[in-house]
Amino acid sequence: MNWVQIQPALPEIFLVCAAMALLMLGVFQGDRSARLVSWGAILALVVTAILVASFAPKEGRLLLFADMFAVSLYGAFVKILVLGASAFGIVMAIGYNEREGIARFEFPILIMLATTGMMLMISANDLIALYVGLELQSLSLYVVAAFRRDSVKSTEAGLKYFVLGALASGMLLYGASLIYGFSGTTNFTQLASVLTEKDAGNVGVIIGLVFVMVGLAFKVSAFPFHMWTPDVYEGSPTPVTAFFSAAPKLAAMGLFVSVLVGPFGKLVGQWQQVLVLISIGSMALGAFAAINQSNIKRLLAYSSIGHVGYVLIGLAAGTEAGYRGVLIYMAIYIAMTLGAFAVVLAMRRNGREVETIADLAGLSKTRPGMAAVLMIMMFSMAGIPPFAGFWAKLYVFMAAIDAKLYTLAILGVLTSVVAAYYYIRIVKLMYFDEPADAFDRMPGRELGLIQAAAAAFVLFFFLFPGPLVRAAELAVKSLAG
Amino acid sequence: MANWPLLSVVTFLPLVGVLFILALVRGDEEATSRNARYMALWTSLAAFLVSLLIWINFDKSNAGFQFVEALKWFDLPGNYTLTYKMGVDGISMFFVLLSTLLTPICIISCWTAVKERVREYMIAFLVLETLMVGTFCALDLMTFYIFFEGVLIPMFLIIGVWGGERRVYSAFKFFLYTLAGSVLMLLAMFALYFQAGTTDIPALLAFAKDKGFDQGMQIWLWLAFFASFAVKTPMWPVHTWLPDAHVEAPTAGSVILAGVLLKMGGYGFLRFSLPMFPEASIYFTPLVYALSVVAIVYTSLVALAQEDMKKLVAYSSVAHMGFVTLGIFAATHQIKDKAVLGEQAVQGAIFQMLSHGIVSSALFLIVGVVYDRMHSRLIARYGGLVERMPRYAFVFMVMMLASVGLPGTSGFVGEFLVLLGAFQANVWVGVLATSGVVLGCTYMLWLYRRVIFGKLVRADLKSIVDLNYREIVVFAPLVALVIWMGVYPSSFLEIIEPSVKALVSDFKAAICARDAACFPGVVGAR
Repeated sequence: MNWVQIQPALPEIFLVCAAMALLMLGVFQGDRSARLVSWGAILALVVTAILVASFAPKEGRLLLFADMFAVSLYGAFVKILVLGASAFGIVMAIGYNEREGIARFEFPILIMLATTGMMLMISANDLIALYVGLELQSLSLYVVAAFRRDSVKSTEAGLKYFVLGALASGMLLYGASLIYGFSGTTNFTQLASVLTEKDAGNVGVIIGLVFVMVGLAFKVSAFPFHMWTPDVYEGSPTPVTAFFSAAPKLAAMGLFVSVLVGPFGKLVGQWQQVLVLISIGSMALGAFAAINQSNIKRLLAYSSIGHVGYVLIGLAAGTEAGYRGVLIYMAIYIAMTLGAFAVVLAMRRNGREVETIADLAGLSKTRPGMAAVLMIMMFSMAGIPPFAGFWAKLYVFMAAIDAKLYTLAILGVLTSVVAAYYYIRIVKLMYFDEPADAFDRMPGRELGLIQAAAAAFVLFFFLFPGPLVRAAELAVKSLAG
Repeated sequence: MANWPLLSVVTFLPLVGVLFILALVRGDEEATSRNARYMALWTSLAAFLVSLLIWINFDKSNAGFQFVEALKWFDLPGNYTLTYKMGVDGISMFFVLLSTLLTPICIISCWTAVKERVREYMIAFLVLETLMVGTFCALDLMTFYIFFEGVLIPMFLIIGVWGGERRVYSAFKFFLYTLAGSVLMLLAMFALYFQAGTTDIPALLAFAKDKGFDQGMQIWLWLAFFASFAVKTPMWPVHTWLPDAHVEAPTAGSVILAGVLLKMGGYGFLRFSLPMFPEASIYFTPLVYALSVVAIVYTSLVALAQEDMKKLVAYSSVAHMGFVTLGIFAATHQIKDKAVLGEQAVQGAIFQMLSHGIVSSALFLIVGVVYDRMHSRLIARYGGLVERMPRYAFVFMVMMLASVGLPGTSGFVGEFLVLLGAFQANVWVGVLATSGVVLGCTYMLWLYRRVIFGKLVRADLKSIVDLNYREIVVFAPLVALVIWMGVYPSSFLEIIEPSVKALVSDFKAAICARDAACFPGVVGAR
């Protein structure tokens, strides 16, 4: 194994080395260095993203490490988004952790390790590699969820996430073992050639596939494996919630696509049925369960379950247009969710954070800028044109109609109307109601910048949809190749 | 001149005004409000003047789309191409003018009535104007949908922020009803795209004429479009959002709602349902007739029972829009030999929409005038206003007579043409619809009697003042238009006619191309 051979894996190697180096720094300098380590981590993530972009092959897939690890434009697309989301997660956390007195240097390191795990997942070309990446990510996330260790809620969130996550990992592993037992290999490339349409009747493989899907559905928090989401979202420190709703979800969705399309591509008739049900369930649950929420973090948790449902429409379509829709949707979803959480993080009154929806009342009078940002996010999440969220939905629904999944598409748009109710309820609180006490001054400049950037992206996406759609198109092409 | 992108200028000029308001209007509360008002007024007047240029340069002999502009938004090789395309024909041209006319009138009318958050209010109105004009100009499905659906946002805010007591309920109802209708239309648009391979509306119309959309699909596509336009029009029984929205919206919001937004439904039927799904339109005509007749008779009776003036006008809107849908679908008859009458009914429907856009807007403004003074819309609260407000009584009378369709006013022309078509199509439909005219007279005249005539008994009404100059400026163009349209309708119909003729003959050609027997005579009897 010489230098040229491992070159495509350089971004991952760099990120791990950077995490180790920053860990050393933290260990010797103590928590004083939390800020320095955080900015170092952000820098490392950005550099990694640049490395990913520069080492991505122009077309096709590069396999290395005994075909366990695949590099492609598809991987690069998802990885760059994941790295960006992680970087924003750390940016949002710096000021927050200092204010809440939990500024420890381990935080950015854990995020970096989790991000490494995500990158490994996305690049996995083997069930074992997949599992290793998934666990590296999950274990780091369990700790991050419980990061505010003095808080009962946060510890509860961590524990819940851990127990349920371990169960899901177990199911995934069990499914992988069944697939290995019935097909004789764990390698994706070989699986793709071994499994044919005839295997649709192979009960062992199908059961294995379903178990793998259960594990993945848990990670993307799709119905009916979503139970952990509201509790973990509510209990975790807010920047962690913001991070959870973006990077890990994106990575897991990227994995979901590459696993189903790669090794199990010929069994599309089998997994499509499962996905249609999961998708309908997620959309309906996301729409109806969020109506009664009073905590904004829980509300956004249910909203994210709903969004996962829409994303899965694209995957269920089982066409290139559908996968492209998945990527576009996830990219836009990340911008929306980060923008929304940047507002939630700025909800502080008398030096403490407030989390109920009622606290937003009359925000348009006390903080017009922030209210406008959240309004844009809410209309966008509801899928009203011309905001970016509309285009996200457009591409998946178009794929669904093309694939003749009419029932799914109709149920999808109808649940989006139900979901619009709670999104516009937030607009109503901010714009129609009398103001509650004003929030504290915006803590730190970075939140304002993230809000403005997210709002600008969501608002003006319709003018320049080209780059993102084209990138997603290229990424999907490499997925099949 | 014809090469200028006039339509884009009209569409996006208000947005330029918004940018100016956002960027320049600063300072204390009072200065902000004043500057925002003037900025909005000048912008909307400029847009109106530019839209007049469209009328002046409009080629009457051309039935197709004019002032067409197309701009490639972005495309993917071998994939879906997004295009920004604008253009008007005789059907849509006057709706553009209606929108640009009503916006400055709205802005003047609420000059003093709106005191809170004036800057945001003006921004909302200008954004709304852009979206309305864009809806009528759009010649690409996606462009159309973005404008059509985007209207929800400013209207939701206008009702919710500046509305009356139950504004939250009404705003939500408006938003969710309309959204539920239009998302189904979006799916149908995708289906159109996958069948015809384009989202270009003229190309889709040609496709529908020459090849036709799959007949089994047409039924579903028609229903999906119908869901959207029926809610917007609104047709019975999905009209219930309208009285709520009207009553709670501020006066200017009601004006735009009644004047322009409702027309999007009728326009949609003419632009999409009828020409793109001819077979399905014939199939569903009895349904549309039934719903229209119920709307005309039932909502007229409901209007009779109202105690709130604004609600009464709102229900009368539903009834008048019933005539519109009746007229539009009368085009599905007379396929063989009586095509002329079908054309007339459609022309009548368009004329009725324009007339209603002006008359009901004016009626809402009329209610707004006394509401601004007395802060009540209850009919029982007023009486004998003619003693103190002669000018007001005159304007009210003109509009009331136009609303009941007196010859010489704009209301007559449209209703007459529609009823002519309706009688040809089905005598019973015609008879029932005509009874709606009688009921319309009843509730409007009765309203007028109770508010304007009688003895002025209430003490606080004794000091009520007549229309001031600002209000006269608001009403003068509307009164003039109502009479102009009533006395000399040709100046409008001559522009509408060629496009409607083309629409009806294309409809006939499409049916006959696929059905050798052609549909003989009346289909409603099936």
